[in-house]
Amino acid sequence: MTTIKTTYGRRAFLKNVAATSGGMVLGFSWLTSCQTQPVEEVLAMPDEWFNINSYLKIGDNGVVSIFAPNPEFGQNVRTSMPMLVAEELDVDWKNVIVEQAPYHPSDFGMQFTGGSRGIMSRWEPLRMVGASARQMLRQAAAQAWEVPVSEVTTDAGVLYHEASSRSATYGEMASAAAAVTVPEEVQLKAISDFKLIGKSQKNVDGKDIVTGKPMFGVDYKKEGMLIAMIEHPPAFGMTLKSFDASEAKAMPGIKDVVKIKSYKDGYEKQGFDANAFPELVAIVGNSTWEVMQAKKKLKVEWEPFQTYEEVYGGRRGSQTRTVPAGLESTDSHQSTMEAYAAKAGKIARRDGNPEAAFKKAATILERTYTAPYLAHNCMEPMNSFAHVEGDKAQIATPIQIPSLIVPTLAASLGITAENVQMDMTRMGGGFGRRAYGHYVVEAALISQKVNAPIKLMYTREDDMTQGIYRPTYQATYRAALDENNKLLALHIKAGGVPESPLFANRFPAGAIDNYLAEEWSVPSNISIGAFRAPRSNFMAGAEQAFLDELAETMGQDPIEFRLALLQRAKDNPVGERNDYDAARYAGVLELVKEKSNWGTAEAGTSRGVAAYFCHNTYAAHVLDLKMEKDRPVVEKVTTAIDCGIVVNPDAATNMAEGGIVDGIGNAFFGEMTFKDGEPQKKNFHEYRMIRMSEAPKAIDVHFVQNETAPTGMGEPPFPPIFGAVANAMYKATGTRQYNQPFLKEEKVAG
Amino acid sequence: MAKFNLKINGENKEVDVDPTTPILWVLRDHLDLVGTKFGCGIAQCGACTIHLDGVAMRSCQLPVSAVGSQKITTIEGLSKKGTHPVQQAWLEHDVPQCGYCQAGQIMSAAALLENNADPSDQDIDAAMNGNICRCGTYVRIKAAIKTAAKMS
Repeated sequence: MTTIKTTYGRRAFLKNVAATSGGMVLGFSWLTSCQTQPVEEVLAMPDEWFNINSYLKIGDNGVVSIFAPNPEFGQNVRTSMPMLVAEELDVDWKNVIVEQAPYHPSDFGMQFTGGSRGIMSRWEPLRMVGASARQMLRQAAAQAWEVPVSEVTTDAGVLYHEASSRSATYGEMASAAAAVTVPEEVQLKAISDFKLIGKSQKNVDGKDIVTGKPMFGVDYKKEGMLIAMIEHPPAFGMTLKSFDASEAKAMPGIKDVVKIKSYKDGYEKQGFDANAFPELVAIVGNSTWEVMQAKKKLKVEWEPFQTYEEVYGGRRGSQTRTVPAGLESTDSHQSTMEAYAAKAGKIARRDGNPEAAFKKAATILERTYTAPYLAHNCMEPMNSFAHVEGDKAQIATPIQIPSLIVPTLAASLGITAENVQMDMTRMGGGFGRRAYGHYVVEAALISQKVNAPIKLMYTREDDMTQGIYRPTYQATYRAALDENNKLLALHIKAGGVPESPLFANRFPAGAIDNYLAEEWSVPSNISIGAFRAPRSNFMAGAEQAFLDELAETMGQDPIEFRLALLQRAKDNPVGERNDYDAARYAGVLELVKEKSNWGTAEAGTSRGVAAYFCHNTYAAHVLDLKMEKDRPVVEKVTTAIDCGIVVNPDAATNMAEGGIVDGIGNAFFGEMTFKDGEPQKKNFHEYRMIRMSEAPKAIDVHFVQNETAPTGMGEPPFPPIFGAVANAMYKATGTRQYNQPFLKEEKVAG
Repeated sequence: MAKFNLKINGENKEVDVDPTTPILWVLRDHLDLVGTKFGCGIAQCGACTIHLDGVAMRSCQLPVSAVGSQKITTIEGLSKKGTHPVQQAWLEHDVPQCGYCQAGQIMSAAALLENNADPSDQDIDAAMNGNICRCGTYVRIKAAIKTAAKMS
């Protein structure tokens, strides 16, 4: 058992009735009424609710309502986070309903979805929420029964005093519990006592999803709401010059056409304010189809902009960056990257004497890997609801990090952040894209200008060509071998447009005596942003493909080769800082070796292995594929994950499966290209997405069993899959491929 | 603008819209049936899938003027209480992640099973290849379709 002080986030545990009734329920009726119920039975709702703390209330009939604090985009924290509360509260999961918390950080802490950090950061705080509520119930029972608290026990929503054979349900004791002072200290359960955590629970939203209930940003409605759409430049490097709205305004159902400017002059943008198109034309009308038709009649003139300086805020204070003028093309990106890669980079790490090692090498293996820009392509296009009235804004939007857009929103509207009321709708996919809330600012500015509630909708074309892409990258790996094929040195030189993907302190740094890592970057005006495991999503594939080829050159089995390096990193690490635990990293390789029956390949099946550590979790894959009529067919992926304690095993498995399918799809097909600044793919007939027939026939996920505090699953399985695909394809075709996407000439299936 | 009488989920609905309006937007903007989703507008993603007299159709490219007296079924009308075998199988396999594509997936799957009670893997691929799942739940979708086939 862990005793823990309820100090951090303590205010959240105060049953602040004023905040509950005034801040959270009023005006939030659409979404807080989206309660979920367990599928098996229809729960009777209580006559009265008692607020125990800002996260949970208990009904007089024992039903418990728990707020899911973080935004949801399919990672299923709406199930797993309430599970943490319910575990320590000690209630039957069947009696729990989940409500979506509005954006209210003083009550709910950091409401942030990204970086695979959700469960990791909420692990102890949410358990504390449940434990402190349980403590208050025990206190209330002890008072009612006039017995010591230590003699009051609980089990699945019932309080007991065994000595006097008394019991009371949580429902019966809730009113009294609500009056108890929040305890200073609570005890958390021992892991061995978990009843809920570690046992798969069904998605609390399953029933609503399969019956088409409104839940996404695009589904939000309010009386009097108008639809808005924007027109942004067709190419990066361009800005708004002028527009003629006369024809568009004359179209049926159109209310207005306005220009909006997302940032006030001199506004210091923060990291998640990335936006290449701050000046837009917006059309407002009665219905989506009418606005879509009018959009076609808009006459807009765009012009190239001059190079300018942009001031950015961040952890290191104000910085200036140059946004270069120009209309960039994929061809120019490739030739520029080659030129930068040929020059000396910025040294990020140097161990031993790599230059000397390369000079005396008998063999040097050198390979260069590239990958293109990627578009996130969330299934739900960018959208937001906003209603700005005077100095107040009511927002309902799919957003990953509300706290990072509220300051910009307030500044652009000219109101205070306190007057922004925000509901976080369910997101139809995020992948990092919805951390950049420019669309919230746009919807609010439009609402302010036309003085009406607005739902801003992006078409798929608007969305796919708006930017905030995964950058294009290039990495060269060089290994020096002596005459006995012993590894002497490793040299990595990585770069990209506009950022380097290098992680200098990741494996195999720490396992190699002579090591050099350097990097470069090319300035660009094409906007980029976090894409599922940023930078890792390229480096892992390049690194794991190189290690595969290096192992082959050295005559070693790819898994044994990695395990030997990890052994060295564990026993006698090189350097001061190595960003991985060699034992845990080896653990996932050992587990995947065992579960895939490595070494006993099926006839006609080609296998590739890859492993990686990022976002606090270790992942290893063995991918089995066959060639059918010159096309690769993925038969099976066997996966080993070390993410510590697995809160909801089936949901975690679903996340691994999703990351695997996403990785295969992007490795095979993912690609955004540019010509004179214009994105060349605007919809799914041009941008190839992985389809049902291309997904693996089977995926088998295994978790390392340990008692380490949980870490995330959203990103870690994704990066190494690119390496597993590359390595399996080599075995299948006899040719190694170094440039993604690997199936470039594929046409879209009918 | 013109008046259209539509048969949707067993009910008669009258709308007054431009004849070119796709059924997708009639449903979402004029009839408060938002289960059918917009993903691409060019029938490439399947999120807008409905049934027209039982046949799976992409409603983003089905103008209201073309419907006439044909019966429209949306995800909301697939069953009374979410108990269609496909919906039940989806819950049994805990298929969805973000959930945005799933109404379209379910509608395509339900139409497949109406025509083919015991589809092979290739049958499933062919019927479902028009439905994109960005979250990658394809393996679960296929398993759920097979379970639904056994249930019916």
